[in-house]
Amino acid sequence: MLISHEWLRGFVPHALSPDALRALITAHVATVDGMERLRADLATIVVARVVRAGRHPNSDHLWVTKVDDGSGTLLDVVCGAPNVTEGALYPFARVGTVMPTGNKGGILIERRKIRGEVSNGMLCSAKELGLGEDHDGILALDVDAAPGTPFLEAVPVGDVCYDIDVLANRPDLLSHYGMAREVAALQGLTVGDPRDVFDVDQATGAVRFGDGVRGRVPSAGGRAVHDMARAASGGATVQLDDADGCPRYMGVVIRGVTVAPSPEWLVRRLAALGLRSISNVVDVTNYMLHGYGQPMHAFDLARLAQQTVVVRRARPGETLVTLDGVARALDERMTVIADAERAVAVAGVMGGKESEVSASTTDVFLEVAYFTPRNVRVTRRALGLSTDASYRFERGIDPAIAPHALSIAAQLITLVAGGAVEGQAIDVGRAPEPRARVAITPRRVERLLGAAVGSDEIQRLLSSVGFTVTSRGDSAETLDVTVPSWRHDVSRDADLVEEVARLRGYDALPDVVLPFRPGTVPDHPLHVAGQRVRDALVGMGLFEVRPLPFVAGNDDTHARVENPLAEDEPHLRLSILETLARRAEYNLSRMQGNVRLFEVGSVFAPRPGQLPVEKVRVGLLVMGARRPAHFTDTSKELFDAWDAKALGERVAELAYPGMRISLEAGDGAPVLWRISANGGEVGTIEKIALDKPVWASDAFGVEITLGRLPSAAVAAPGSHDYSAGVAGRAPAKGHVTYRPLPTTPPAEFDLALLVPDGVSAAQVEQLLRKSGGELLERVELFDEFRGAGVQEGHRSVAWRLTFRDATRTLRDKEVDGRRQKILRTLETELGVRARSA
Amino acid sequence: MTLHELQQACAALRDEAPARIAAADSLDAWHELRNTLLGRKSGRLTELMALLPQLAKEERREAGAAVNALKQTLEAAFDARKGELEATASRGPTLDLTMPSRASWRGAVHPVSLVIDEIGDIFRELGFTVALGPEAESPWYNFTALNFPDNHPAMDMHDTLYLKDGGVLRTHTSPVQVRTLQSYAPPVRILAPGNVYRRDFFDATHAPAFAQLEGLAIDEGITFADLKATLAHFARAFYGQRTPTRLVPSYFPFTEPSGQMEVFFDVGDGRGARWIEIMGCGLVHPAVLESAGLDSERYSGWAFGMGPARIAMSRFSITDIRLFYDSDVRFLEQFA
Repeated sequence: MLISHEWLRGFVPHALSPDALRALITAHVATVDGMERLRADLATIVVARVVRAGRHPNSDHLWVTKVDDGSGTLLDVVCGAPNVTEGALYPFARVGTVMPTGNKGGILIERRKIRGEVSNGMLCSAKELGLGEDHDGILALDVDAAPGTPFLEAVPVGDVCYDIDVLANRPDLLSHYGMAREVAALQGLTVGDPRDVFDVDQATGAVRFGDGVRGRVPSAGGRAVHDMARAASGGATVQLDDADGCPRYMGVVIRGVTVAPSPEWLVRRLAALGLRSISNVVDVTNYMLHGYGQPMHAFDLARLAQQTVVVRRARPGETLVTLDGVARALDERMTVIADAERAVAVAGVMGGKESEVSASTTDVFLEVAYFTPRNVRVTRRALGLSTDASYRFERGIDPAIAPHALSIAAQLITLVAGGAVEGQAIDVGRAPEPRARVAITPRRVERLLGAAVGSDEIQRLLSSVGFTVTSRGDSAETLDVTVPSWRHDVSRDADLVEEVARLRGYDALPDVVLPFRPGTVPDHPLHVAGQRVRDALVGMGLFEVRPLPFVAGNDDTHARVENPLAEDEPHLRLSILETLARRAEYNLSRMQGNVRLFEVGSVFAPRPGQLPVEKVRVGLLVMGARRPAHFTDTSKELFDAWDAKALGERVAELAYPGMRISLEAGDGAPVLWRISANGGEVGTIEKIALDKPVWASDAFGVEITLGRLPSAAVAAPGSHDYSAGVAGRAPAKGHVTYRPLPTTPPAEFDLALLVPDGVSAAQVEQLLRKSGGELLERVELFDEFRGAGVQEGHRSVAWRLTFRDATRTLRDKEVDGRRQKILRTLETELGVRARSA
Repeated sequence: MTLHELQQACAALRDEAPARIAAADSLDAWHELRNTLLGRKSGRLTELMALLPQLAKEERREAGAAVNALKQTLEAAFDARKGELEATASRGPTLDLTMPSRASWRGAVHPVSLVIDEIGDIFRELGFTVALGPEAESPWYNFTALNFPDNHPAMDMHDTLYLKDGGVLRTHTSPVQVRTLQSYAPPVRILAPGNVYRRDFFDATHAPAFAQLEGLAIDEGITFADLKATLAHFARAFYGQRTPTRLVPSYFPFTEPSGQMEVFFDVGDGRGARWIEIMGCGLVHPAVLESAGLDSERYSGWAFGMGPARIAMSRFSITDIRLFYDSDVRFLEQFA
C-alpha cells in the first residue's frame, strides 16, 4: 500500500517529518517497509531572487541579472527568459549543480561567458526541472521563502512515498483517508469527516474541510432515490438483480463534462503513487480509490444501451473486453455490470473498454457500489486479474461510505471537468451493516496486557479511532463499545485490548519476565529419539539433510497432493530412502562420489478417505570412501554392506534402547537385512539402486521407523482429553545394570571350522553359544577363507572363544573338554568340522 | 707387570675411552664398546683387574684404587652416553611430523537444525519442552481451530497444498498448539519445531516447504507484557545482549493482540543494520483456547512462530535458500 506524505497531510495537518511519521505508523499501525523521497534530484536547486534585471549589451533577447541566492553575494546571471522580473523568486541552479531530471538532465552548470557576459548559474524553467512542459519562461514562484531556501522546502513537489505493509485484517487502512484517521488519533488531531463539504487547494492539492466552502460545488443530487431493486434519476436507470454479489449499488448522472487533462495537483497526487494520469474524469475515480478507499467507475452514459445499468450474474458464454484490451470469458459465478444488452464491467474488478470515458464523452454515469468480498475473490481468481479495486473489495471496504464517496466524487468531477449533476443520486439495495457491540472492562485489559489502563483512557483511545464508547457506570466500569462501519476486524474484547495496546504503543508495556510454573508436557519421545540418532550419526561422519518429501510415486501406493507444485512429483514419499537416493544422484551429477547423508523425517502411507498414516523415520545413505584418503593407505576402502549392517544395528539400538535388536537376511534386492526390535520389524538395510555414472561406487542405505505421529483428532472440537497426552509418553531409556569386572583370567582358544555352503555363520554361532555352556563369555568371528586347502563347497571360518569362571581359574583340561564337546555338536548338528582335523 | 706399567695402562684407557664412547652412535655400538672395555669376561678393565694379584702386596692397594676409579669414570661416561642414545632412539627415525593426520569423516548437523537447536536451548532455560504434530493435518487443526474465518485467503488452493483424501499439508506449526492443549492441562510451555508447506514455487528466497518453530505458553495470568519481555530476552540472548529490540503491531487470526518482534541488526547483506522481523507473536486468541476446551477467561497465554531457515540464511551468509534442500555434500560439510 503506497501512501503519499503530502496527500496524507492534506487530510490531517500533522507536523511530523517523514522519518517521524514512518516510526509512528510502524509503532502503532502497520510496518512501513519502505520510504521513497520523490524528486530528491531537485535537492540542489534553491530559491533565488532576481534583484536587478537589465538588457544584455550584445543580445536583443538575453538579460543580465543580479541574483540573490542567499549566499550573501549577488551573482551575475545571464538569462534568456522573457518573463524575468525584478524582485521575483525563481528556482536557481548554482555553479556546480548537476541538473535534475528534465530537458537538461545530467548537465553540469558551470561559470561561463555568454556573449561576453559572465553567468554564475542558471534560473530554471518548469521544463528544465522536469515539472511540466512550460518552457516559455523561467518558473516564477509564488511562495514565501527566503533566497537560498532549498526549492523542495518551498514548493511541495518533493513528496515522500511510503510503502506500508497493511495488515490483512485492516482494509480500512487501504486509503489515505483511512491512514489519516490513525495519524490524527495518534497525534491528537482531528481528521475531516468525509461527509463534510470540502475544498481542494489548487496549488497543493490539500483537501480542506469546513463551512467556508460549503456550496461552492454542486451537491450530488441531494437526497438519493432509493429502492431495493430498481430506481431511476437523471435519465439513467439502475436495476439490481444480484443482491448477493452486490448488496448496494449507487450512481449519479453528470452531464456536460469536458474530458481533458487533469489539473496539475491531481496529476501530482496520482504520480506520487506511481500512477499515470489518464483524464480528469478517470483520475477522479482513481483519486477516490486511493484517497478514500472506495473503488469507483465512470461510464460513458451515451454508450450504455437504454441508459440502463443492470447488476446481474454473467451469462454463460458471455464475454467482455476489459479496459486493458483483453477479451474475458465470463461465467455465472461472476457479478457483472451490464447495460440493457450486455456486460459493460466486471463487478469490483475492471470496467469494459467499450463504455469507458473517452475524449468525446460528455455525459457520465458514476458508479459507487459495495461488492461482496467472497464473490470478488472468486471472480478475480477465475479471471486471473487483480486490480486495485478487487484488492479492496476482497478485503472489505467501508459499507457506509458509498453515499459520501459518491457525493465527493461528483463534486470533484464537476470541479475538474465541469458539467453538472442531473437529477438525484440513485441508491439501490442496502449495504450490510454488522455493527458489532462489544463490552470490555479495565480489569480484562489489565489481565491480558499486564499493565493497568484506566476506564477513561480506554474510552479516549477507542473513541479516537472511531469507536463509540458508553460507560455502563457499574462497579466493574464496563464499557459498551460499538464498532465503526469500517472495522470488520473487531468482534471480541480481545480485539479491543489490541486496540488499546497498539494505540498506547507496545513500547509502553513493562519489560518484565513473569515467574512461571513448570509445564506438564514432556519432551515428545520422537524428538528425543530423533536427536539421539542424529547426534550419533553426525559423530559417525554423516551429514543431516532436510530435503522436500515429494516424489514421483503413483496414485495406488502414495498419498497424492491435489494441487502439487510440480506435476512430476505430486506424491508424498513412502520412504526416506526414496528421497536420499535422489539427493545422492544430485551429488553424483556434481562429481561428488563420497556421499553420506541422513534425514529424520516423516513418511506418509495413504488411507482412503482419511489422513495418511504418518511415521517419523530415520534414513541414511552411504557411498564412496570409508575414510578420508591418507598417505599411509595401501588401498582405497569403500563403504560396503558390512558398514551398512553396522550402521543399521547401531541406529536400531539408539532408536529402541534396551530392546533386543535382531537382523534377518532379506532377499538382497534391495533388502539386505530386515531389522527387528523385540521381534517386531522396525526397518531395513538396503543396497540402493541409483542412476549413477560408472565411476561411482555402490550405495547402501538404512531406514528405521522411530514411531508414528498420530493425526487423528485428540478430542472433539472445543474439548480436550488429558489422558491422550499421558498415553503418548515414551518408555524411558532403559538403565544398564553394572556387571562386576572380572578378577579371574580368561581361557581362550580359536576354532577354524570348515563350514559347508548353505550353513550360515549365524547358525554356527548360535550352536557355539548353545554348546559352549555358561562359562562361554565371548564369541568373535575373525576370519573367513576359501581356496587352497579348503575343500570345494566349503569355506573356512574362524572364531575365537573366550571362557571365564568368575570365581576360579579354569583348568586346561576343562577347557579342552569343552572344545571337544563343541566340535562334536557342530559336526553332528551342522556337519561342520575343525579345519585342522 | 709393574705398578708403573699398570698405571700407564689405566691412563691410556682413560685417555682413549671418552672419544670411543662418544663415537658409539647406536645402542648396539654402545653395548659392543661397553663389552670391549668393561665386559666381565674379556673387557680391558677386567683384564687390568686380573693383573692386580701379580703386584706386590703394598702396591696392590694403590693400584686397586686407581683401577676402581677408572671403572667408575668409564661407567659414568657409558651411562651418560646411553641416556643420549636412548633419547635419540625414542624420537624415532626421520619422521616428518608435519604430515597430515589420519582423519575420520566429519559429520554435520544441517544449518537449519543448528539454528533450531540454538533457539531451543534458550527456551529450554525458560522451562520449554518439545512437542510435535503431524505434517499431514486436518483442516480443522490447521485452520478452523486457529480462528481462521471461512474462506480465508490462506485456505485457498493457491496457497495451501491439499491432499487427495481431504487433509492439508500443514501451513504452519500452529496446529500443534491445539493438539497439545487438548492433550495436556495447563501450565503448558512448549516449542514445536517442524516442517510446514506453502504453495510457493522455489526461488532464491522461497521454498514450498520449510522449517518453522512455534512457541506456546499457557497458564493463568500470562500477559502481553510477559510475551514482550520474554521474547525480547530471547532476541538479546540470540542476537547479542546489546541488540535493540522492538515489538510492533501485526495480525494473525490465532493471536490477539498480535505483534512482530524485530531486532536492529545487520544481516550482512550489504544494506547495513536495520529493523529485521524475527518472529510473529501475540496473545493466544480466546477462540483458540476455546477450540481446545479451555476457559478463555481463566487461562491466557502467548505464542510465537519463527522461520529458522531465514535466520540461518543471514547467520551463515547464504543467499539462495535452495542450498538447504539440494543436500550437496560440499555445502553440508561446511557445517561440520
